[in-house]
Amino acid sequence: MSRPVQYNTKVKLVEAPEGYSGEGFYSTSFDKVVGMARANSLWPLPFATSCCGIEFMATMGSNYDLGRFGAERMGFTPRQCDMLLVAGTISKKMGPVLRQVYLQMAEPRWVIAIGACASSGGIFDSYSVLQGIDQVIPVDVYVPGCPPRPEGIIDGILKLQDLVKGESLRRRQSDQYKGLMESYGID
Amino acid sequence: MALTNETIQEKLTEKFGEQLTEWEVPYGMLTFRAPAEMNLKVLQHLYDAMGFQFMTDLTGVHFPDRKGEELSVVYHLHNLVDNIRLRMKIYVPVEKPDVYTATKLFSTANWMERETYDFFGFNFVGHPNLIRILNVDEMDYFPMRKEYQMEDPTRVDKDDEMFGR
Repeated sequence: MSRPVQYNTKVKLVEAPEGYSGEGFYSTSFDKVVGMARANSLWPLPFATSCCGIEFMATMGSNYDLGRFGAERMGFTPRQCDMLLVAGTISKKMGPVLRQVYLQMAEPRWVIAIGACASSGGIFDSYSVLQGIDQVIPVDVYVPGCPPRPEGIIDGILKLQDLVKGESLRRRQSDQYKGLMESYGID
Repeated sequence: MALTNETIQEKLTEKFGEQLTEWEVPYGMLTFRAPAEMNLKVLQHLYDAMGFQFMTDLTGVHFPDRKGEELSVVYHLHNLVDNIRLRMKIYVPVEKPDVYTATKLFSTANWMERETYDFFGFNFVGHPNLIRILNVDEMDYFPMRKEYQMEDPTRVDKDDEMFGR
């Protein structure tokens, strides 16, 4: 007699990183394991201010389902999140607020600028609009579009996953990274 | 008798004589100009004697070509009893944009005057807290004045290559 509930047998697991394996052991580099774990469990913090935020909501919804990539759990506190998604126009007055949110995130932290406004100010070539969030915080991935479709946002997140997978564990202690932070006035 | 545009004009002319000028009725809304130093007297009279007790809007306009009276403050008032509105304008020179504050009469003028100061740089004499309200505090210019080029060629915060310029 068959079971009343059929289990989903098509669950796809993340492939194990390169390494040596033998009977009863498996060895690989710590970087790769940690990178794999981080990349497949990014906690998004949406900072949505306008229409790109609506596209982001569609991305999180059932049709596009960002949960397939291990990022379904949004945290609305920066202290628990490691992926800041800035979706929308950021005015100059909001710049310090965004910076404060970034500062409250614990390392390691990544930033995606979604859409033309967050990336460059977009059509708002104006006295009141910040001309790209990279003037106040460092950005890892830029997603073009006005607004980008959910596929674009997912593509940006997959690009970020590649970055996270390949990131050396020592990167955040490196002089180059400290120099980057110093250039933004973050110590 | 309910107020009409004509009776309002009659009553105001009776009270203030020739000091109120430039009477117009664009789109059915009575509009006139008052001398800048008399703005509170006219507002007070409209408030006490004619029932204009609700301020719907207060804003500024910049006319760069009108020498000596470049900046204008526009008051929109509403008489809720007779359901009629009017518009009062005053003009001040851009070098010395002093305007008496209407906050004592209309509390709502507080934020509106701050906004008008923020964008046009009026000095509302007697305002309790005349600081910027919408723009960043560090801003050292008044962005809605018509004295800037459409695009500033000296800007450094736009990378021209990325915008095809």
